[in-house]
This record gives sequence, C-alpha cells and structure tokens, in this order.
Amino acid sequence: MSDLPPFSVRVGRRVVQLPLVVWLTVIWLLMWDGPSAANVASGVAVALVLVLVFPLPPLDPGLRIRPVGLVVFAVRFAFDLLRSAGPLTWQAFGSAGRDTVNSVIGVTLRTRSDLILAGTAIALSAVPGTLVVDARLATSTLFLHVLGGADDAQLDRARAAVLALERRVVRAFGTREDLRAIAGDAR
Amino acid sequence: MIATVLTGACVLAGAGAALSAGLGLLRLPDLLSRMHAATKPQAVGLLMVLVAVGVRFPTGGVITTLLLVALLQLTTVPIAAHMVGRAAYRTGRVPRHLLYVDELDEALSPVPPGAGERPSGRGPDSGGEEPDAEH
Repeated sequence: MSDLPPFSVRVGRRVVQLPLVVWLTVIWLLMWDGPSAANVASGVAVALVLVLVFPLPPLDPGLRIRPVGLVVFAVRFAFDLLRSAGPLTWQAFGSAGRDTVNSVIGVTLRTRSDLILAGTAIALSAVPGTLVVDARLATSTLFLHVLGGADDAQLDRARAAVLALERRVVRAFGTREDLRAIAGDAR
Repeated sequence: MIATVLTGACVLAGAGAALSAGLGLLRLPDLLSRMHAATKPQAVGLLMVLVAVGVRFPTGGVITTLLLVALLQLTTVPIAAHMVGRAAYRTGRVPRHLLYVDELDEALSPVPPGAGERPSGRGPDSGGEEPDAEH
C-alpha cells in the first residue's frame, strides 16, 4: 500500500493521480466561459472518469514549478518563436538554393528524466533551424535535423543551443536531481 | 482606436508568418527542411491571430479558450512534426546526399558500417555522445 506515488489515492485497483485530475479540470474550465460551481463539479467528474478509464503511468519523480526559471524559460521561448518566423530567417534559407546541405545530429541530454526530454523536445520546436526527428528515451538522446548545418562550427552551435535549452527547462521544471545533473557537467 | 490598430497589426503579422510558412514549403528541397517551415512560422501565425482575437474580444471566456488553443497548438505541433520526421526518415524519404552529418543513421544501424568510415564532420566534443544502437 505504501508504494503509491505522491498525491495519489487508490480507487479500487486503479491509482488516481490527483495532480492529473486537477490539470484536466483546469482544461475543462478553460473551455467554458468561467468557473462556476457546476462547471467545477462537472469538470472533476469528467476528469475522474478519464483517469479511471485511461490510466497513465505515474510521472515520477515528476515536475516542479520554479517561478524564476519559468519566467526565463517563457520569455526566451517567446523570443525564439518570434525569431523562427522572422522574414530574415526564411530569406536566408530560401537563398541557399536547392542543394542546401543539412545534418542530422544526436544530442544526449545530461538529465535522465522523461519529462525534461519531452519538455526540451517541445521547446526545441520554437528554436529556428532545428527539428526533432527522433528521440531515444533510454539514453535521453534527441536526434535533430539542423537546417543549414553544413560545417562543424554550426553543428557545435546547435549542440550548445540544445544543452542551453535543457538547462532552461530544468531550471523551470526540474527536480533537485535534474539540477545536480546539469550543474555537475562542465561540457 | 489603439485596440483596432493592434488587432490589425497582429492579424497582418500572423498572415505574414503563415505566408512565410507557405513560401518555405515551396522553396525548400526535401521533406525534413519543409517540416521546419510547416511547424514554426505557422504556429507563430496562429498565435498572432489568437492575440488579435483576444485584443478585439477581451472577455474572460474568450481569453481562456484562446489560451487553451495556444497551449494545445504549441504542445501538439512538435509531436506531429516528430512523427512525420521519424516516419520519413525510417522509410528512406530523406535524401542522404543532402546531409553533411547523419548520426541517426549510425545509431539505427545495428552493426557499425566499418570502423574507419565515420563521417568527417564530427564536433570535437561529440566523442562520448554516440547513442548505442538498440541491440
């Protein structure tokens, strides 16, 4: 009985993760015009049915919310997103012609958390010039298509950018263990 | 007045971003490059239009729905792009002669294709980063 993940209750043979119920209820409320007692009640009911019918494995060690890191991450994310749509970026790619040489590189993250891997992969989609092609959970390796990555210097820049992004994701969402992983690595 | 100008600017900027996504699809040579164009600028385009709607109709119900749309867009597009890229790569739709370095190819091949045949373009810091193939 004591092997329950944190913030969880046992319902019959299923384990209900309360943070997931709360999150689903928040999404339910966002869809309606505003929080009312009936909305909250129906949202909790729908969320409970969902997590009981479609149980998910517990997300352990889970995520933390670190306000300062989250702000840094969000601002940089918005900046990257705007930059990736900038006309200069696309002109550069357009003028490179039809024989543009690109690369597929593998970058191994320093943390071994599924959550950090997923967060980094999602945030990478905002960074101009890199696209996640494949991921390997066992080694936390992301395989990226680097647009215009035709020399070593550019590929090194891309690797450094991914690791810097991982650092921002960890500082926004990581556990203490994740923070240690990025701190103890000088690469 | 200011709201009208802001709405118009956001809609125009969003349309411009969507246009650049379309031009990128036309101009870029292979599937993976086109995925760049299909994912990034169009997400910005949609977000700009959402901002415009939020400025024009600043009520709580509208804004929460817009937030939900933005959240789902930003989290699902990378996954869809990843799935398309992965399928394209594994079915051989990626022209290898356009790749300078291809570390996924090494990672996917069960037997290393000759010890001396590593691509020349490896970064100096990549020595310990090769993932093991899935034996």
